[in-house]
Amino acid sequence: MAGYVLRRLLAAIPVLAIVAVLVFLMLRLTPGDPAAVIAGDNASSEQIALVRRTLGLDQSLPAQFAIWAGNLLHGNLGESFFFKKSIGELILGRIEPTLSLAAATMLIAVCVAIPLGVVAAYRHGSWLDRIVMGVSVLGFSVPVFVIGYLLIYVFSITLGWFPVQGYQPLADGLGGYLHRLVLPATTLSVVYIALIARMTRASVLEVLNEDYIRTARAKGQVERKILFRHALKNAAVPIVTVVGIGIALLIGGVVVTESVFAIPGLGRLTVDAVLARDYPTIQALILMFSGVYVLINLLIDLTYSLFDPRIRH
Amino acid sequence: MAFRRSVLGLVAASAALLAPVGAPAQTLKAVMHSDVKIVDPIWTTAYIVRNHGYMIYDTLFALDAKGEVKPQMVDTYTVSPDTLTYTFTLRDGLLWHDGKPVTAEDCVASIKRWAARDSLGQKLMTFVEGMSADDAKRFTVKLKSPTGLLLFGLAKPSSNVPFMMPKRVAETDPNQQISDFTGSGPFVMKTDEWKPGDRIVYTKFKDYKPRPEPASGLAGGKVVKLDRVEWLAISDQQQAVNALLAGEIDLIEQPAYDLIPLLKGDDGVKLVDYNPLGFQYAMRPNHLIKPFDNPKVRQAMTYALNQTDFLQAVVGDPDYYKPCKALFVCGSPLATDKGMDGLLESNFAKSKQLLKEAGYDGTPIVLLQSTDLQTLTNLGPVAKQLLEKGGFKVDMQSSDWQTVVSRRARKDPVDKGGWNLMNTSWVSADILNPVMSSFMNMSCDKAPFGWPCDAEMEKLRDDFAREVDPGKQKAIAEAVQVRWREVVPYIPLGQFYIPIAARKNITGILTAAAPVFWNVEKKK
Repeated sequence: MAGYVLRRLLAAIPVLAIVAVLVFLMLRLTPGDPAAVIAGDNASSEQIALVRRTLGLDQSLPAQFAIWAGNLLHGNLGESFFFKKSIGELILGRIEPTLSLAAATMLIAVCVAIPLGVVAAYRHGSWLDRIVMGVSVLGFSVPVFVIGYLLIYVFSITLGWFPVQGYQPLADGLGGYLHRLVLPATTLSVVYIALIARMTRASVLEVLNEDYIRTARAKGQVERKILFRHALKNAAVPIVTVVGIGIALLIGGVVVTESVFAIPGLGRLTVDAVLARDYPTIQALILMFSGVYVLINLLIDLTYSLFDPRIRH
Repeated sequence: MAFRRSVLGLVAASAALLAPVGAPAQTLKAVMHSDVKIVDPIWTTAYIVRNHGYMIYDTLFALDAKGEVKPQMVDTYTVSPDTLTYTFTLRDGLLWHDGKPVTAEDCVASIKRWAARDSLGQKLMTFVEGMSADDAKRFTVKLKSPTGLLLFGLAKPSSNVPFMMPKRVAETDPNQQISDFTGSGPFVMKTDEWKPGDRIVYTKFKDYKPRPEPASGLAGGKVVKLDRVEWLAISDQQQAVNALLAGEIDLIEQPAYDLIPLLKGDDGVKLVDYNPLGFQYAMRPNHLIKPFDNPKVRQAMTYALNQTDFLQAVVGDPDYYKPCKALFVCGSPLATDKGMDGLLESNFAKSKQLLKEAGYDGTPIVLLQSTDLQTLTNLGPVAKQLLEKGGFKVDMQSSDWQTVVSRRARKDPVDKGGWNLMNTSWVSADILNPVMSSFMNMSCDKAPFGWPCDAEMEKLRDDFAREVDPGKQKAIAEAVQVRWREVVPYIPLGQFYIPIAARKNITGILTAAAPVFWNVEKKK
């Protein structure tokens, strides 16, 4: 197992190196000049050139890459062009809201979607199944910002139960932290509930036709145990994959929800950095998101053996 | 029984957990037009940084509500009979946020750093022979020749504002950002609570000594009636409005026009027109390359365009816009219509005639359109339509604002990433006279993007800078406007206003060129 993990981690190094080169080149080839953005509206050509020189953007691309890669190898993500703060510090300041949102979203999604999917599979073809699948299609189809605005209108503006926007760090109190997390997490969870419920239904349905389920029933096992102990466990591999990829997506891609609910997470940092052409910050974030994908994929692979002992690493 | 107790206990604990966290008394939460990412108001001209500057820094002079220059940190000043020597004495009791006294040396260093960055400051320095601190509270500015720019420059209301900083901070290279945010203004920046992308927090500077006069514009007594001000970064305008309606925030600096009806319909919210001079839209041609290197082609645009179409497309509500041909802002002392007759009235026949005389060959002009700034986006399509009716061919190229900003700095031909035309807006306080107005700078390579070049206009601007008599200044401003008609460095597209939206319990918002938070009160 340890050898497998080590091999996978080593295999991630060339992946991350390729991502680093691609991100670096793509940013430089994209229209836009951070120096012009930073210098401001009234800046003269000389002032813009001076800012460019200060940021090191007047150097050749290989030289710029060498400096960045060298710093990276020393564990230094660099300093943001725009925020004038160390990027490590910026990311650390933004990671809690994003992780909290991702965790809460997945918690809601898993708790709601898996029972729904199992029940839909068990009642295959019934009105309950059709309702669950119909709602899933709706969950997929409605954009997240529409769901967000609807929930805000109902639960914040009309009923006044939850705040419209904002995030409260956990350190400032669990109550406020949870209170402000409910609406954004519920908003985001809708699409994952739809996805996981459909996947669960399909997997469980397939397993329910297996011989060992028939055997369990023949032995007089109660349906609840058949469903959750035998069927669900054996249907778990694709569900875990979807949940894992969902977590990775949530860490890197909750831009709209973070913007709608004014949550200062990594998604908004990415957008701010892109709009400001803050090259070092964008590079660091994309590299970090790639690393998260690699790690989560590894974790997903490792969990397979928990559900299916036939899978060995 | 035990189960019931447990349930009750759990409910009580949950209620306690979910109870809102108490905010300190008199905390005002505002959503400004942008997040504060840079905090050096001398290094950048961004208006949000200017607004930040007014929170934590103070100025030597300031413009009052009538636009008159009034002393602020300065107590008294004297002018020598030859008007070449100005001696300024600071008020008693001025302190930096670290408790040290404000000194004349601090002010001299601050003026120098400001003048190194600001266009008006640079022009002012061409008149200055020297500046020196005479003692702890007195400093002298000696001029080479008389100018009306000195006091006005020190009271400059908008970017870059000559904010005073401690000498150790002001000695930072003007091309580097400061890292010490000690000011002497009415609020203190809470650096430990500043989270770019989330919020910036200010607290009342308890040792600030306001002037005795009542607050007026950016001048007068800066009496702080709030303990704490938080500027929250809510990028989604709809959400900012929702938060205001729900009472989670107290103020939105620049609500989107299409959301104003929602705010007008709510009993708990009011709209405050705090900036009577408002803003102006402007279209800037690139004078370096064809066809706008030819003044006749630029003149053709002044005939093809009209301001109302632009203002209706962007602002919509006539309560918040006004067609205004005055280059130095309608409602200001230098406002005049001189030289503007027949222009900006969509006279397409005249435009076509001028294009024919200029030999315009129909090559499409590249118009940069910003798609992500609500206040600018609709200018592009209107410009395209009007110019095409006036005989131009227009290739409107859309991108986000930052790409426009990057691209407009390029002097290359259009086929190598250059540009012909772009639209922007100014805070009117930035363009109140020919020297302040950046787009009137026609000093060729030294001029901002667009790089117009006209020796006669530069001479008029120099004349304005030398003149100290307001009547003669006005005459020069009129001459500038007449010259503008010939050389057309840019085209004004109309004046507009953005009200502050605030909860009804917020009072004392001052009428000024920038949104300020002294005098503002949050009533229970």
